[in-house]
Amino acid sequence: MGRIMISVKNMGFGLMVAALALPLVATPAMAQGRDPAYAAARAAGQVGEMPTGFLGIVGSPTPDLKRMVDDINIRRKAVYAERAPGQHATLEQYAFTIGCQLIAQTLPGEKYQSPEGQWLIRGNGAATRDARCPA
Amino acid sequence: MMLLTQMIHAKSFRGLKVVSQGLVLGAMASALSGCITVQAPDKPIVIELNIAITQDVTYRLAPDAAKTIQNNQGIF
Repeated sequence: MGRIMISVKNMGFGLMVAALALPLVATPAMAQGRDPAYAAARAAGQVGEMPTGFLGIVGSPTPDLKRMVDDINIRRKAVYAERAPGQHATLEQYAFTIGCQLIAQTLPGEKYQSPEGQWLIRGNGAATRDARCPA
Repeated sequence: MMLLTQMIHAKSFRGLKVVSQGLVLGAMASALSGCITVQAPDKPIVIELNIAITQDVTYRLAPDAAKTIQNNQGIF
């Protein structure tokens, strides 16, 4: 009986630890695996999502920003090139579909490019996307 | 009656004239457009790529695209 009580007590302590740790885990979970510099640039609105499925620099490009964006875009392009043929699609078609979803997934305050190429700040409502984007 | 047939003849003759004029204009236009297409070889390729992305293509690719974003969160 006593042993059971102890184990229940331990469980309660375990839950408390888990509850305390949760907020620390939940915040980066939104951007799991994102480089801190990239996450910061996104949050600051220095970079934004483009309908082409690639990341763009919003303001004047600094060497650091350009290096970071180029690196991400090269890696994105490699993934698109790997996935597109299996889906019987061109790289542009696959990248465009990704762009539709990335723009839809932007968080309020983040930047994205309109179908006309204008930089917009994501509000609380739906993003302005190309008419060909899936719902 | 005579007048009517004369009129028809006149009309068809005029029609022939119009057709022949059209042929001359057409020949001139094709000669001109020939010059233009030689001067602009790259731009039509870009337009073709944009047309290739249609709504049914994005709908078809959407499930795989969503998986790709999930599996590569560091770059998205």
